[in-house]
Amino acid sequence: MSNKQKKKLTPVQQEYQAFAKAREPKRPVLTNVLRAFLVGGFICLIGQGIADFFIWNFEFTEKTAGNPTVAVLILVSVILTSLGVYDHFAQWAGAGTAVPVTGFANSIASAAIEHRTEGYVLGVGGNMFKLAGSVIVFGTVAAFVVALIKTLLGGV
Amino acid sequence: MLKGHQSWVFPSKPTILSTGTVVGPFEGRGPLAEDFDIIHGDLWLGQDSYEKAEKKMLEEACEVAIKKAGLQKQDIQFFLGGDLLNQITSSSFAARTIATPYLGLFGACSTSMEGLALGALLLESKAAKYLVCGTASHNAAVEKQFRYPTEYGAQKPPTAQWTVTGAGIALLGPQGKGPKIISATIGRVIDMGISDPFNMGSAMAPAAVDTLTAHFRDLDVSPGDYDMIATGDLGRVGHQIASDLLIKHNLEIPEEIFTDCGLMIYQPDQPVMAGGSGCGCSAVVGYGHILNKMKKGELKKVLLVATGALLSPLSYQQKESIPCIAHAVAIEYIQ
Repeated sequence: MSNKQKKKLTPVQQEYQAFAKAREPKRPVLTNVLRAFLVGGFICLIGQGIADFFIWNFEFTEKTAGNPTVAVLILVSVILTSLGVYDHFAQWAGAGTAVPVTGFANSIASAAIEHRTEGYVLGVGGNMFKLAGSVIVFGTVAAFVVALIKTLLGGV
Repeated sequence: MLKGHQSWVFPSKPTILSTGTVVGPFEGRGPLAEDFDIIHGDLWLGQDSYEKAEKKMLEEACEVAIKKAGLQKQDIQFFLGGDLLNQITSSSFAARTIATPYLGLFGACSTSMEGLALGALLLESKAAKYLVCGTASHNAAVEKQFRYPTEYGAQKPPTAQWTVTGAGIALLGPQGKGPKIISATIGRVIDMGISDPFNMGSAMAPAAVDTLTAHFRDLDVSPGDYDMIATGDLGRVGHQIASDLLIKHNLEIPEEIFTDCGLMIYQPDQPVMAGGSGCGCSAVVGYGHILNKMKKGELKKVLLVATGALLSPLSYQQKESIPCIAHAVAIEYIQ
């Protein structure tokens, strides 16, 4: 199994994997999707509420209210992560809490908390983006590609 | 003494003189709380890192075992230990405190029985008079190394298991009152190509079955000779697979004697998915609960089969499958 040529499983391994698969509980995909839809939607609803709050009370426009709204959601997510609540809720909600900005904040805060014992520089600083780093890297790459396509097509 | 292909019998019957078990708060809320010597209410154990907490548990378990046996630290010749952290630091650092000659072991979650089998062999060959062997795991320290940060909100599948926070130590002596180690079977590394670290039960079940088959063959015994056969940490999924695999191999173990430590340590309402896992699982359940049951006379002959997944976070990221191992030790207690 250690090299690529052997990636193909032996007949005994294949037989066992089928045997084991029949006895493994499946991920409840439908329930997970439903919960993710509801929770994700609910978080967006809260976000909309916060945005409206800023628009009505502090003279923000629909465009500028985005930044303070995201900041509030991030803060709430970080507080819930620090209190040790977020991961329990996320086990139930799945992608519903992972996809919105709250999930991104959670991934950074949890890694920072986790590596606090290794010090601020090598621990917190070095590991904070352990999980979020790839999101930023591939997000930037994707944005670059999209922008490139837009520029090229726009020029035509 | 070698018997068969991969088993040892111990005619001198080395004795488990005492044990020490230390667990964390989550295990303390489980059904076996009464069987543990120390239950900590604080996951940190007053230390400033979880790694130090794991080491501390191991030290405490050693202290308890030595005290219960009525011995002194200097009576102990060897300490055989291992754990799941990189370079088995918890065990080595605990050995620094205990200050006895030390042999570091790594068998992942099978370390408990690897240590017990080797300890019995040392006593059998008169290479030692008294020794301690054991292992520890700490949920937060192990998860940090093998999985995501503890507070990261990733949804775990129903096949995932919960790493036990606990340390278990057994103190062995050549004779005396206590459960006797009569035989042991050392397992082969088995790899069935499972590569999902959230599905350890499926990965480890074939190793347990292989070792059980070897044990029955080498020692010419049958499942019926034991009052209990307990695997280490297969969890709900792995236990079911192992039971069915044994039936397939014409080695059916009756349901009432076949169990798994990972299924015993937590209440059904504790959110641990498929059950407990980790080095500490078979150590605290075996040395705490099962040996207590033997001392009460409820069980006479028990076979403990600790199962270990020999992966590293790196090997998993490089898409390697998970090689697994299991070691079996037979313990008998006649009052």
